[in-house]
Amino acid sequence: MAVELQETKVDRTIDARGSYCPGPLMELIRAIREARVGEVVEVLSSDTGSRRDIPKWCEKARHQFLGIVDEPGFARLVVRKAR
Amino acid sequence: MEPRVAVVGGGTGGTIVANLVARRVEAEVTMVSRDAGHLYQPGLLYVPFGWVEPEQLVRTQRSLLDPRVRFIHDTVLAIDPANRTLRLGDGELTSDTLVLATGARLVPDEVPGLAEAHHFYTPTAALRLRQALDEFQGGHIVVGVAGVPYKCPPAPLEFALLLEWELRRRGLREKAKLTYVSPLPRAFPIESVAEVIEPVMTRRGIELATFFNVEEVDPSRRVVRSLEGDELDYDLLVLIPPHRGTAPVVADGIADRGDWIHTDRETLQVTGYDGIYAIGDTTDIPVSKSGSAAHFEAHVVADRIAANPNGAAPTYTGKVMCFLESGEHQATVLQFDYNHPPRPAAPNFAAFAMKRLFNRAYWYLVPPGRV
Repeated sequence: MAVELQETKVDRTIDARGSYCPGPLMELIRAIREARVGEVVEVLSSDTGSRRDIPKWCEKARHQFLGIVDEPGFARLVVRKAR
Repeated sequence: MEPRVAVVGGGTGGTIVANLVARRVEAEVTMVSRDAGHLYQPGLLYVPFGWVEPEQLVRTQRSLLDPRVRFIHDTVLAIDPANRTLRLGDGELTSDTLVLATGARLVPDEVPGLAEAHHFYTPTAALRLRQALDEFQGGHIVVGVAGVPYKCPPAPLEFALLLEWELRRRGLREKAKLTYVSPLPRAFPIESVAEVIEPVMTRRGIELATFFNVEEVDPSRRVVRSLEGDELDYDLLVLIPPHRGTAPVVADGIADRGDWIHTDRETLQVTGYDGIYAIGDTTDIPVSKSGSAAHFEAHVVADRIAANPNGAAPTYTGKVMCFLESGEHQATVLQFDYNHPPRPAAPNFAAFAMKRLFNRAYWYLVPPGRV
C-alpha cells in the first residue's frame, strides 16, 4: 500500500503543517472543491487529529481516501476526488 | 531617492503596515484603497440584534493614517508583479516594495440559492438580517457557513450563541429550534475550542449538524443540502457565503484557484517575487482569516521593511489571538500559533469585558500600530 501510494501521481499538495485554524481538513475540503473529479490531493499535516478526521470525512462525503504516508514529524494524507 | 513603499488595501493589516513604515523608515509610503472608509468588521456581529449601528463601525481611512502616508482612493485594476507596478483606475504606481493587503471577497453566487439566505458580513446584509429577526415569530433557524475558508472562524458560532440568548430575552426561545451546521466533525475547527464550546451549545439547546458542507439552498422549499448528501429544512437561514481572494489584484501565477495569493508562511513574501509581501485574508497561509492574523502579520512585514538588510529579519509565527463571545455576558480568548494550539478557558465574564473593551479601543490601539 505505502509503496503504491508513493507512486501515485499527486495533482496538488497542500502544506497544512502547523495549521490549527482552519485546520488540515478544512484545507482539504477547500482543495477538493477546487479539484476536478479524478484528481489526487495530498495534505501534509502535523495534527494527529487529521488521521481520524480526514478518512471519516472522505467516507461521509464519498471521496476515495488513498492512505497515509508517515514522514518525520508529519503525515501525508492522500485523497482522490471521486465525484 | 527615498525607497517607495506601496500598500494596497485599507483594512487592518494594510493600515498598520503603512503607519509603521511611515514612522520608522525614510520612505515614500502610499496606500491605495478602493474604500474611503475603514470598517471594523468584528462589530457587524452585533448589527442583526440592533446592538450597534453600522455607522458606528466606520471611520475615514485618512483619519487613521499617519500624515506622512499618501492616500489614494482608487481601485487596483491589475498588478505587474515583476516591476511592482499597479495599474489604477486613474494612472499607475510603481514601488520598490509592495504590500498586498486586499482582503477577501464574498461570493454567494458560487452556491446555488445562497443569495436568498442571510448573513452579517456586510453592513447591508447585517441590516437585512436584523429585519428578518425583528419579524421572526418562531420556527427553525439554521446557522453556519457555506464554504471554507471564511473570515473570523468564531463569528458564525458566536452569532448562534448570541441569537439563542437574544431569543430568550425577546420571549421567543420556546418557539424556536436552533441548528448549527459545521463543515467539520465538531462545532469549531480547533478541537480544544470545540471541547469547550460544545457543552455550552448542548446546555443552551443548540443542535449541532456535523460534516455539513453546504452544496445548495432551495429557497422555494426552504431546504439546505450538503455536499455529503444531508438535507435540513429551515424557516430562517443564516449562512456565511464562501470567500475568495481579491480578483482584480490577481496576476497570472500569483494566486491559487481560490484567488488566494501564494505567500510564504514565515517571511510573508509572495512566492517568487522579492519585494512583494502579502498579509491578511488574501494570502493562502493556513491560518484563520481574521483581523488578528492580519494585525500580527502587519507588524512582521513592517519590521522586515524597516530591518537592516544585514540584520536578522523577523518572521511570522502563525500568531492569532481572538475572542469567542457566547452570550450571557461571557466569552473566551483563543490564542495560538503554528506550534501551539489554543487552550481556552470556559466562557467567563472577564474575557467578555475584555472583548467589549477591545471593540472600543481598536481605533486607538490597532490601526496606529500601538499594539
